[in-house]
Amino acid sequence: MKYNSVFDIIGPVMIGPSSSHTAGAARIGKAAHSLFGRAPTWVKIHLYESFAKTYKGHGTDFALVGGLLGFDTDDTRMKDALKIAKERNMQIEFIEDSAAVNHPNTVRLKIGDVGDSLELVGVSIGGGKVEITELNGFELRLSGNHPAILIMHNDRFGAIASVTSVLAKHEVNIGHMEVNRKDVGKEALMVIEVDQNVDDDILRELEKAEHIIRIVKINS
Amino acid sequence: MFRTVQELVEIAEMKAISISEVMIRQEMEVKEKTREQLYEEMEKNLQVMEKAIEDALQGVESVTGLTGGDAVLIQKYIHEKNPLSGPLLLDAVSKAMGTNEVNAAMGTICATPTAGSAGCVPGTLFAVKNQLNPTREQMMRYLFTAGAFGFVVANNASISGAAGGCQAEVGSAGAMASAAIVEMAGGTPQQSAEAFAMTLKNMLGLVCDPVAGLVEVPCVKRNAGGSSLAIVSADMALAGVTSRIPCDEVIGAMYRIGKQMPSSLRETGEGGLADTPTGRWLKDKLLGLTS
Repeated sequence: MKYNSVFDIIGPVMIGPSSSHTAGAARIGKAAHSLFGRAPTWVKIHLYESFAKTYKGHGTDFALVGGLLGFDTDDTRMKDALKIAKERNMQIEFIEDSAAVNHPNTVRLKIGDVGDSLELVGVSIGGGKVEITELNGFELRLSGNHPAILIMHNDRFGAIASVTSVLAKHEVNIGHMEVNRKDVGKEALMVIEVDQNVDDDILRELEKAEHIIRIVKINS
Repeated sequence: MFRTVQELVEIAEMKAISISEVMIRQEMEVKEKTREQLYEEMEKNLQVMEKAIEDALQGVESVTGLTGGDAVLIQKYIHEKNPLSGPLLLDAVSKAMGTNEVNAAMGTICATPTAGSAGCVPGTLFAVKNQLNPTREQMMRYLFTAGAFGFVVANNASISGAAGGCQAEVGSAGAMASAAIVEMAGGTPQQSAEAFAMTLKNMLGLVCDPVAGLVEVPCVKRNAGGSSLAIVSADMALAGVTSRIPCDEVIGAMYRIGKQMPSSLRETGEGGLADTPTGRWLKDKLLGLTS
């Protein structure tokens, strides 16, 4: 089931005007911000279908940027996000993309700074709820209903066991887990949905586990 | 977890509890929260709704100037004249439109189930409240009941205008409101389902055609339609009128109609009212100004 809480339906509390085009967009931006770990200095925003046609009127533009700046859906600075981003020298480019997508409210975010970059695809499915469907070329399915840990790692044996043993030691229960790789022995991604939020101490311990490149945590 | 309205009603009847109670118990179990925690969260949502209506009745205006002020006009009319549709119905219309005027003005609202359709549930609640005098807890239960029905729609069809047209947004919102009104007025769970079905049936096929892509025209006034229909259907259900097509089948029909709608009529701002001479003129004028 896509929705599992009454507060997905009665909520979120948000700044208008559109739950899918502003609140959802802000949440996708915020997810990218969390995954990147900081506000990027440059962003390329590819918008599709309904997002591409109406992003100015619906405030999808400032909502995405607000999220990328780390704002929550009810942050009153949201409508000034474009101005704030400009003041902080964030380079922003909006691209109305005509490629075919599975859902009308789809956005591809390419973000980065001098040291690093990240690319993700987010879908706003309605009522402010979002799904992240792709991260750095990896397909993924995050329900958003539970906290999740994303772990970029090298495709070697022992990598998965080293992660799950740390989680087991701290009695963190895994609700859903997926492993994807680009090719044998290359970069791979573990997506782990857990039942409770994971402390930063545990994340630091995971970072030291074998074959791990980078870890990010997404709270639901 | 209940997946359909039929299951929802059956659970309520079997355990002899209300729809809101089914929703509360499920949420407690799935989210591992206490009843107090749920009430606390819902109370916050309720306060946002109340504040949005208060602001609207003071008068708001959107950045474009396309919407705002109609909620105030209607309140004035209710107090000065003798409205043909009755003061309660028109009060709901005013408060529903007002909530969406606040939304269009980029104020703070609670999506129910979406921002564009955020007026129907609180608008009817704060109008019906004056006649039924509910406790604060009953007002929160109103939102849990509305949420329970919205939950079924979101999981079996859609609550997104981009995916299913306005029938999925204001249609769902108005139908959710009618189910909640029935419970607050002392109707049975089955009567809530009948009211929901009757409202949604009357909203089937409603397209999402926002002028200039803005959540203003016709969204604000569609909330007037959704909220008034919610009250009428609730009264019909309480009178004993039933829907010949079961509630879940109406939701199924809504889903399939949404799938058959062309993309021009699903929140792209390309068809319908957006594609009228005035709609196109407004778009050129407004987006020319802002970009």
